[in-house]
Amino acid sequence: MSNQVPIAEGLFTWPAAKPALLGSRCNQCGIVAFPVASSCMACSGQDVTAEELPGRGTLWTWTVQQFMPKAPYNTNETAETFTPYGVGYVELPGGVRVEGRLTENDPQKLRIGMDMDVVFEPLRTEDSGEEVISFFFKPVE
Amino acid sequence: MDVAIVGIGIHPFGRTPARSGLQQGAYAARLALQDASIQWSDIQFAFGGSASAGSADALVNELGLTGIPFINVANGCATGGSSLISAFNAIKSGEYDIGMVSGFDKHERGAFNADPKELGIGQWYGEVGMMMTTQFFAMKIQKYMHDYGISTDTLAKVSEKAFINGSKNPNAWRREPITVEEITNSMMVSNPLTKFMFCSPSEGGVALVLCRADHAGKYTKTPVYLKAAAMKSRRFGSFEVFAPSQALEQVDGPTVDASKAAFEMAGVGPEDMSVMQLQDTEVGAEIMHMAENGFCEHGEQEALIQSGATHISGSLPINTDGGCLANGEPIGASGLRQVYENALQLRGQAGDHQVPGDPKLAYTHVYGAPGISAVTILQK
Repeated sequence: MSNQVPIAEGLFTWPAAKPALLGSRCNQCGIVAFPVASSCMACSGQDVTAEELPGRGTLWTWTVQQFMPKAPYNTNETAETFTPYGVGYVELPGGVRVEGRLTENDPQKLRIGMDMDVVFEPLRTEDSGEEVISFFFKPVE
Repeated sequence: MDVAIVGIGIHPFGRTPARSGLQQGAYAARLALQDASIQWSDIQFAFGGSASAGSADALVNELGLTGIPFINVANGCATGGSSLISAFNAIKSGEYDIGMVSGFDKHERGAFNADPKELGIGQWYGEVGMMMTTQFFAMKIQKYMHDYGISTDTLAKVSEKAFINGSKNPNAWRREPITVEEITNSMMVSNPLTKFMFCSPSEGGVALVLCRADHAGKYTKTPVYLKAAAMKSRRFGSFEVFAPSQALEQVDGPTVDASKAAFEMAGVGPEDMSVMQLQDTEVGAEIMHMAENGFCEHGEQEALIQSGATHISGSLPINTDGGCLANGEPIGASGLRQVYENALQLRGQAGDHQVPGDPKLAYTHVYGAPGISAVTILQK
């Protein structure tokens, strides 16, 4: 089995039996931010606590990226093998709207208000064989 | 102390392989000096910006080393607006009598390539492919279309109008009208926006000479007065570009805040404006900015645009020089191009793209990453 590493430390719990996105809640005003921040953008408070964000939410808006971005985009794709990908904001109840890639790239299958689950999947494989894991939002079947 | 614009100069936008960005800036500066009938040595201070064509203050190497304070400004797409506000305040303070604002740029082809680290965002955000302004614009109009019933046909009509206006402007880059059908069927970039619904990075330069209003008569018979210049950054809760997350409760964005501040400063309202230049990085931006700047209610754009109201001859003429869509976007110069166009309009010198009816008040608006906006109101 290949070794899997998260794309960034502290973005989500990894490894974990049930991985989750990590946000920070301001202990002064209760506002949640993603990713974890050291201060609160709403009230400037610095007393914040990291917490796991809900795994299911609703799609607030979306688009499909139809051409391959330049660096720092970093996958194993080439101009020839590039596959358009969905991007959207998913509203997580009681928390925050998180921007993420979608597992779905067909505009006909994406609709504002649909239920989405956060999933953790490989984004690329490094030369060393390590799989880099990122988070994605997947339409609920 | 009121402030007047007494000299304007522009280098045509588009692609000019023979001239560097700096040289395009110098070209515009010399035209602005000539327009005000002064020499570079008469200028007491300057503010300027360029994102990709070197430091704006290197202009002194082209124009002459006179010892003036030349301050570089960098505020993304709002760079020109920020330079202008800085100059406006420098004259209003009484510190200076006359100065210059300059903006020029020369970008590589293709979409802008932003660096997450410069904006305090993790590298992962770029690696997964979300460091794209185009996605933000697409997602904002997608949500807006859903909420306010804007059609895809209306998106295309904004581009169609831009290219018609560009065809009437000798300084524009895109000077051929393009049909709604071609616009709709061009390559999809980021749903729902196609290639011809976006502006592209380009090249160009603009310079303005500003002075104390009570000195304006020395330099020109056709001064235009800068009645307001306001700049705002985002507040918590506004939906902005390059945001890994956003608040559940939305507040008005910086455009709304800057617009209100400018109208208050000038003591006039949206209904008093004869012509307006609104940031049209892509068609959705123009549509949403119509309402965010107070020119209509949310959702009214569908009927207004379909009826032709935003054309040069319409009741709400918007982006009369073709906007960013037909001029492209040289970041440093773009906001000043809007002010140049409004000065032309108020002087009655806009030629084929002149709005009818002796316009008295004109409005400019820029929006830039990571959530800033600058507005000016000019009066004849």
